[in-house]
Amino acid sequence: MRDIAIVSFAQLPSERRADPRDEAEMLEPIINEALGKVGLTQDDVGFTCSGSSDYLIGRPFSFVAAVDGLKAWPPIRESHVEMDGAFALYEAWVRLLHGDIDVALVMSFGKGSLGSIPDVLNLQNDPYYVQPLGLDSISSAALQARALIDAGKATEKDFADIAVRSRRDAMQNPFAQVKGEFDAKKILKEEPYLASPLRKSFCPPLTDGAACVVLATAEKARAICSRPAFIRGIDHRVEANSLGLRDLTVSTSARLAGERAGVGKAKVDVAELHAPFAHQEIILKEALGLDSSVRINPSGGALAANSIMTAGLTRFGEAASRIMDGSAKRAVAHCTSGACLQQNLVAVLEAE
Amino acid sequence: MSDHLAAPYTFEYTYRRSMGPVIGRFLEGLRYEILEGVKTADGRVLCPPQEYDETGAPTTGEFVQLRPTGVLKSWTWVAEPRENHPRKTPFAFALVQIDGTDSCITHILDAKSPKELETGMRVRVRWAKEKRGTIQDIECFEPSSPILLGPVHLDFSVMPGVHQTAYLRGFEQGKILGGKCKATGKVYVPPRGASPVDGQPMDEYVEVADRGVLTTFTVVRIPFEGQKLTPPYCFGAIVLDGSDLPFYHLISGVAYDEIRMGMRVKAKWKPREEWETSVENILYFEPTGEPDAPFESYSEHL
Amino acid sequence: MSERCAVIGIGQTEHRESRKDVSLPGLLREALFRALEDAGRTLADMDAIVIGTAPDMFEGVMMPELFMADALGAVGKPIFRVHTAGSVGGSTAVVASHLIQHGVHEQVLTLAFEKQSEANAMWALSPAIPFQPQLVAGAGGYFAPLIRSYMARHDAHPDAGPMVAVKDREHGLLNPNAHLHLTQTLDEVKAAPMLWDPIRYSETCPSSDGAVAMVLANDKHAKGCKNPAWVLGTSVRTERTFMAGRDQVNPGAGQLCAKDVYDQAGIDPRKDVDCAEIYVPFSWFEPMWLENLGFCDPGEGWKWSMEGKTRIGGQLPLNMSGGVLCTNPIGASGMIRFAEAARQVRGTAAAHQVDGAKIAVGHAYGGGSQFFAMWAVGSKRP
Repeated sequence: MRDIAIVSFAQLPSERRADPRDEAEMLEPIINEALGKVGLTQDDVGFTCSGSSDYLIGRPFSFVAAVDGLKAWPPIRESHVEMDGAFALYEAWVRLLHGDIDVALVMSFGKGSLGSIPDVLNLQNDPYYVQPLGLDSISSAALQARALIDAGKATEKDFADIAVRSRRDAMQNPFAQVKGEFDAKKILKEEPYLASPLRKSFCPPLTDGAACVVLATAEKARAICSRPAFIRGIDHRVEANSLGLRDLTVSTSARLAGERAGVGKAKVDVAELHAPFAHQEIILKEALGLDSSVRINPSGGALAANSIMTAGLTRFGEAASRIMDGSAKRAVAHCTSGACLQQNLVAVLEAE
Repeated sequence: MSDHLAAPYTFEYTYRRSMGPVIGRFLEGLRYEILEGVKTADGRVLCPPQEYDETGAPTTGEFVQLRPTGVLKSWTWVAEPRENHPRKTPFAFALVQIDGTDSCITHILDAKSPKELETGMRVRVRWAKEKRGTIQDIECFEPSSPILLGPVHLDFSVMPGVHQTAYLRGFEQGKILGGKCKATGKVYVPPRGASPVDGQPMDEYVEVADRGVLTTFTVVRIPFEGQKLTPPYCFGAIVLDGSDLPFYHLISGVAYDEIRMGMRVKAKWKPREEWETSVENILYFEPTGEPDAPFESYSEHL
Repeated sequence: MSERCAVIGIGQTEHRESRKDVSLPGLLREALFRALEDAGRTLADMDAIVIGTAPDMFEGVMMPELFMADALGAVGKPIFRVHTAGSVGGSTAVVASHLIQHGVHEQVLTLAFEKQSEANAMWALSPAIPFQPQLVAGAGGYFAPLIRSYMARHDAHPDAGPMVAVKDREHGLLNPNAHLHLTQTLDEVKAAPMLWDPIRYSETCPSSDGAVAMVLANDKHAKGCKNPAWVLGTSVRTERTFMAGRDQVNPGAGQLCAKDVYDQAGIDPRKDVDCAEIYVPFSWFEPMWLENLGFCDPGEGWKWSMEGKTRIGGQLPLNMSGGVLCTNPIGASGMIRFAEAARQVRGTAAAHQVDGAKIAVGHAYGGGSQFFAMWAVGSKRP
């Protein structure tokens, strides 16, 4: 199988409804920035793939707006997934394996703050048995968090520690949204539950964002990037939808994807885990077999900025950046989708 | 005065009926919304249950729990209910084969009109609110739709973006703005986030004319859910003077069969005091009366 | 490309205006088990599932593949969701074929669906949104002006479109899977009311519930199958909806997409293609795509349609299944074209089979005639 690498990453600062730009206007600068960083233009791109969801803004074909941010003449090879942009990256990786092109552009965008994400995500639930109950995403995550506590696998204090660490790390990330020094004890004492046992700090912020990643085949990657992040393994798996059919305290799909991607084959320096809720980091670490020596979410992760449909691609961009900037040799990038970690995509990125 | 003698007479009495093991069990079950049938010796299920089948052979005494649904086997619409009918408003008498049974139960069926009824349709039990252990614990049957209503209600904000905002602000002033492509000099109405030919921003705005050439059009005659305009209406692609691609708007002020490709049209603006931040400040485009543009002059815009 | 890819199984649901008798998962399972049976496979044999459907607004479930993961036998496996507007059925099959061709998986189940009766497509396509005039009124509203442009540009005989409707409905009578089984004379088609001038009711696709599934396999697994359809070439192309000087009648993206497929397959569209299933939701798109895909010169398409060249038995049979004009579960329509092309070269199209078809083309398009997906399939392993 051909070697493919991430060679560039650009993102917009994550924020909440502060940006008047539409989707095309959000994408245009970061597309040109991501390509420009490695000396490419849109003419060098052989395949373009985007990830987004119509329901974020309640309009059909919202992805057509992404095409409006692109140079598309002469006509381009282009596709779209109704998934997080990390899955668009997966499609682009598959496309590059074909061998006829050497550069792919991946992007995603979302203005989640224009609607109410927890309610929008209820529409992912079973339309016969669950959707009518209005099970929002915070409540379903809370059911999982409770199960984790009841199983003796975590405490609220653990959740608070993760939130504090994430937001402290986010202070080093100019693109993060929620950052600063927080006190775990104070959170546990003073913050009311949004949906017990989840407090606000254990939940992701509402974020608008956009991200763009450039992939290249090995030879091209070496020519345009001093330290490409090679994709050594990538796989995604799903599990049953019904919460009542799953053991919510583990993530079988993340474990399977991690095994297939080869996470455990060697030491991992850094992992960017897409854990929108604090407790999900604990489940994911266990599923992927990441021990305490692994630096988790130096970017601050999804607790610091969670632009729906973009946060997963951002994890890939951040993990790759740790390789590209020399601070890590081997990194794990992860994206999740669906309620309570239903679907998981895992990749292992390495320097040469 | 008639030669014949007559006087009103009412026969009225409330009987006290014993029910035996089968009917008694069935009607008692109805109190708890339990619907049962009984098995016959030859393996069939009867509902309502009896101690015997139609040949007189005893039933087995084995009860089978049933779902409160079935198929309409026959029906009659009662448009004018009689005094002894269970309802004052129109309804149907019906024979219903409860699912899993081999006989029919006689009951009434509630519907708004006979148009809703069709032999073979699915029906369900509607339980009475107050139950007394009688056959009227089944208030009636009703058509059972296979459709589950799934209302979705989500509230969003719509932010039109930088370029479209500039465009809409233009309409507040009675101006139509386009964005200029840096690479080609072509003017796009409305302005777009990035040029299709070089992917760069088109943030130089120019005002274009409120008149131009109708390149092509359609007359919409189909109504649909959520439609704001009432059909029939005509909308068309108009290349405004000073712009380089068609923009879409309503065409009116002319009979539909006189609308043609190449026709010169101009904006019919609302009265100034009614202007908002909206493309709808232009009510529609109407013919200018100028000669039509030759086909070659706009064929590249089709 | 490290592997060859073949279609070894095809399944379609019964198509109706409303499949009230099945749930959403039930609809998909109907298609997928038929495809598996056709391939002689079980769900357990599938390495991955690639699914496509048009906007989620049609069914009111966001990313519905998630709640259907168990129904689709995807638990513990990869499931991948594509959405590229009307071309989605085609681009979904293209993604699935790449997974095989590049050695990522050996056997992939790909499927596409739409249960249009759960909502109203016109509403879902043209919602009333602030700041935007709601002019277009569904797909027909968008495409009617383009058809007018085509007719004017080539001075086409006004009967060409109606004749395509007559032909596709005749073809549909031969296909038990078609939604509409209609006998229609030219006079009847022309007497139908205009919905969007110049598109008549009778020249419009229906709104259907339905799903289609295909089992794709690599060399190793296709070898034992008696009539695999080999993928000879695949392509997708996109252009912007609005561009100065854009030719909307004969879009560049469609031309490039077709050329790419022919080049990969090493075929000449005017000599080597035995038949094609192309995406014709409104009758006039047959002549328009005939020209766009390089089967004939610009201006010749409407003549081909009128001369009967596109009938079964003609020079280039098109839409032998009755096409989108007979069956249109939007998100599935593109994949049905791809699957029908495969059926032809597998020789399993029964009454609508083109005798001896060896190479066939499947085509889908979407958006404002701007998203294209195509493949060519053949009976012989390349």
